[in-house]
Amino acid sequence: MKIAPLFEAQAEPTDAAASKCAIVLTTRVRLARNLSGQPFPGWAKEAQRSAMLSESMAAVAGLPQMKKGLSLTVEELSELEKQILVERHLISRELSTAKRGAGVVISRDQSTSVMINEEDHLRIQVMRAGFQLKKVWNVINTIDSEIEDKLDYAFSPTLGYLTACPTNLGTGMRGSAMMHLPALVISSQMEKVVRAVNQLGMAVRGLFGEGSDASGSIFQISNQTTLGEAEEEIIKRLSSVLNTIIEHELNARTKLLESDSNKLFDKIGRAFGILQNGQLLTSAEVMNLLSLVRLGVDLGVFAEARRPVIDRLFIEAQPGHIQYAAHGAFESAQRDRLRAQFLRAEFAKFGPPDFNVTGKN
Amino acid sequence: MANSLKCDLCGKPATVHLTQIVNSKVHKVDLCEGCAQAKGVTDPSGFSLADLLLKASLNPEQPANVVRCEQCGATQADFKKLGRFGCPACYEAFKEIVEPMLGNMHKGTVHVGKVPQRALERKSLYDRLTHLQGELDEAIKTERYEDAARFRDEIHQVKQTFGEKTLS
Ligand SMILES: [Zn+2]
Ligand SMILES: [Zn+2]
Repeated sequence: MKIAPLFEAQAEPTDAAASKCAIVLTTRVRLARNLSGQPFPGWAKEAQRSAMLSESMAAVAGLPQMKKGLSLTVEELSELEKQILVERHLISRELSTAKRGAGVVISRDQSTSVMINEEDHLRIQVMRAGFQLKKVWNVINTIDSEIEDKLDYAFSPTLGYLTACPTNLGTGMRGSAMMHLPALVISSQMEKVVRAVNQLGMAVRGLFGEGSDASGSIFQISNQTTLGEAEEEIIKRLSSVLNTIIEHELNARTKLLESDSNKLFDKIGRAFGILQNGQLLTSAEVMNLLSLVRLGVDLGVFAEARRPVIDRLFIEAQPGHIQYAAHGAFESAQRDRLRAQFLRAEFAKFGPPDFNVTGKN
Repeated sequence: MANSLKCDLCGKPATVHLTQIVNSKVHKVDLCEGCAQAKGVTDPSGFSLADLLLKASLNPEQPANVVRCEQCGATQADFKKLGRFGCPACYEAFKEIVEPMLGNMHKGTVHVGKVPQRALERKSLYDRLTHLQGELDEAIKTERYEDAARFRDEIHQVKQTFGEKTLS
């Protein structure tokens, strides 16, 4: 398998040291960039795309940040490999279905990926575990400047970075955070939050589902507009929205504990029981169960050191990863059996819950 | 929520309902499961309602305007159909339809963020060249031949630097 090295190295998405912020799983910034004087990938002929792919890939792969990284073209990847890259958020669904002449360069630690010839010539992405928007912006800003040293970007002094779609025009930047908001979901406040966040020009999406019914209670919050505001301003505005959401989630948790902690701990205990003993588990169900156990970690029911395990399982319990681990393609019913088997093994060594945590919070 | 909502794109029963407010304008979209998937609403790498609205509101039925981008050959009709431009030069070619859209889509209509260094150098060299060309023409017109020779030398120099900057 071309992507085998991804499973051999320590990786930001799956092995990040325990994040300090329990609520923000990961932060991510992506920049859309295009080559000056060249047709955008969707309009370019195959030969043009291939030429741009090799030029851009050589430039990106030569960056110090990409040392020992992986350079992959879409045509050399199997469907399963592409699915795994999507599940790890290293490529988009759009790239996984791209025509010939597209590819990706991924850093060894998987914190940085540069998609080539997706909607734009370059989609640079940097992610970090935890709430680190400013740091991620600094890192991606440096990488972007280094790439710009080698490639000529399409840029207009008045419109900024020129992108295939005018919705990305200007900074070409989308900052986002993946947030775990179980208490807001349990107490049915998510719709209200979504509405308030939308008012501020930010988008909310469920990661494993839609709107307020998202399974796993994981939501991605990102800026919606890219023109007319400097990158630092967008980052600042997004950060303050994230902080407000964190505050609301913490308040909701306190209220749940005050009003009926037994009911909450019962949910957590049952989730743990199913993960330890279930025989058939769909990925949607698993996302919800993992979410409850993760909330348990935050509340002190499980050891703090278990949180990164949950974050890894959110990725590894998905269909592509389950099939990769089992070395084959499987029907969804068989996957549910394999997934349950995989999770039983993981949770056999997870450590017991301790529900005497009153006041610990 | 009313149960009779139809998908804005294909008319099937809608199951995904999105509301977003961009620059104090409320945008509502109802989609069926299939279109939501196809439009990347469930794609973790980024989904933009503004983008979707752009595609839905641009009517491909309209008679094709003959405005064409010199660089890539894309027409206004192509943009209306695809919701994407053909190349960076399209922004200039289709100015009339882009500019009114930007205000609805973004916080402002002028870029105030990062400026790539090389593009900036290219621009300042270009500005310098334009300026010198003007000076040269003026000097020739007023028969200041010594000045003209000096401007010609400078232009030559700038052009050399310009060439080294691999302008595309
Ligand atoms: Zn539809
Ligand atoms: Zn064009």
